[in-house]
Amino acid sequence: MKSLEELKAIRDKMQGQLDLRAAQEGKIRVVVGMATCGIASGARPVLNKLAEEVANKGLKDVVVTQTGCIGLCQYEPMVEVLEPGKEKVTYIKMDPEKAARVVEEHLKGGKPVAEYTLNQTNL
Amino acid sequence: MLTEISLNVLDIAQNSITAEASLVKIDIKVDQKKDLLELSIEDNGFGMDEEALSKVCDPFYTTRTTRKVGFGISFLKLESELTGGEFNIDSSKGKGTKVYASFGLSHIDRMPLGDICESIHSLVVYNTNVDFVFTYTFNDKSFTMDTREFRETLGDVPFDVPEISSFIKDFLYENKAEVDGGANI
Repeated sequence: MKSLEELKAIRDKMQGQLDLRAAQEGKIRVVVGMATCGIASGARPVLNKLAEEVANKGLKDVVVTQTGCIGLCQYEPMVEVLEPGKEKVTYIKMDPEKAARVVEEHLKGGKPVAEYTLNQTNL
Repeated sequence: MLTEISLNVLDIAQNSITAEASLVKIDIKVDQKKDLLELSIEDNGFGMDEEALSKVCDPFYTTRTTRKVGFGISFLKLESELTGGEFNIDSSKGKGTKVYASFGLSHIDRMPLGDICESIHSLVVYNTNVDFVFTYTFNDKSFTMDTREFRETLGDVPFDVPEISSFIKDFLYENKAEVDGGANI
């Protein structure tokens, strides 16, 4: 069973090697809609997959975070990618597999996955 | 309706966060003898006045501006009452809100508890300025996760660092499994 002792060991190992107060500026923000509409349509596994993949790939300039209802409930789960100096990219009807592809191709590779975006959808 | 009670937990706790709570207590009790699953979520957020409280179970009431409906509370109420459970919500302005819902454990219409550890983990890791106390009880066994203890141990190391985030996840899954023996609830 995990204990607080173990947590202390992790902290001791990490201290010093972490830039704890790293500036948020200049980072790519990945925002997942987590209101009732998002949650109902499967945002929780999308959020977790994004965070997991970003951590696995060691993308230090990416922050995964959550927000409320973006206002287009029928397209949830939605993910917005906000990169300083670039236009916002909105992904719609996401799932964990799509999320993994977005991390690989967009967040790591710098090229948005056009077919999942709101722009590509005929509203 | 939501497909897992753990998703309701995630959803209702978001209300606490919106209400600027600094502490959210989430309690889940499974009692097979009483055939009952109880959920309570209590926060110290800004609460609601009587007027808001009287409308909160109405799905067509919401304080948000992005859409005209607010299904969160009404879903939970419906889901609980469908299984012979009870629902209530108490709130006072400036003090906080407490939501309680119980469910008939073996009732056919009860939604599965689902991945509660994932819900709690998401809340903790993505709301690093809010403290959470999660207590999970299965019959006569229970465990508590208190992020104030984590914070004390960690000092200035935040919860959303990958190593810490994964510790918190393992902490939840391992302790829960210890308490309920991996029962499918």
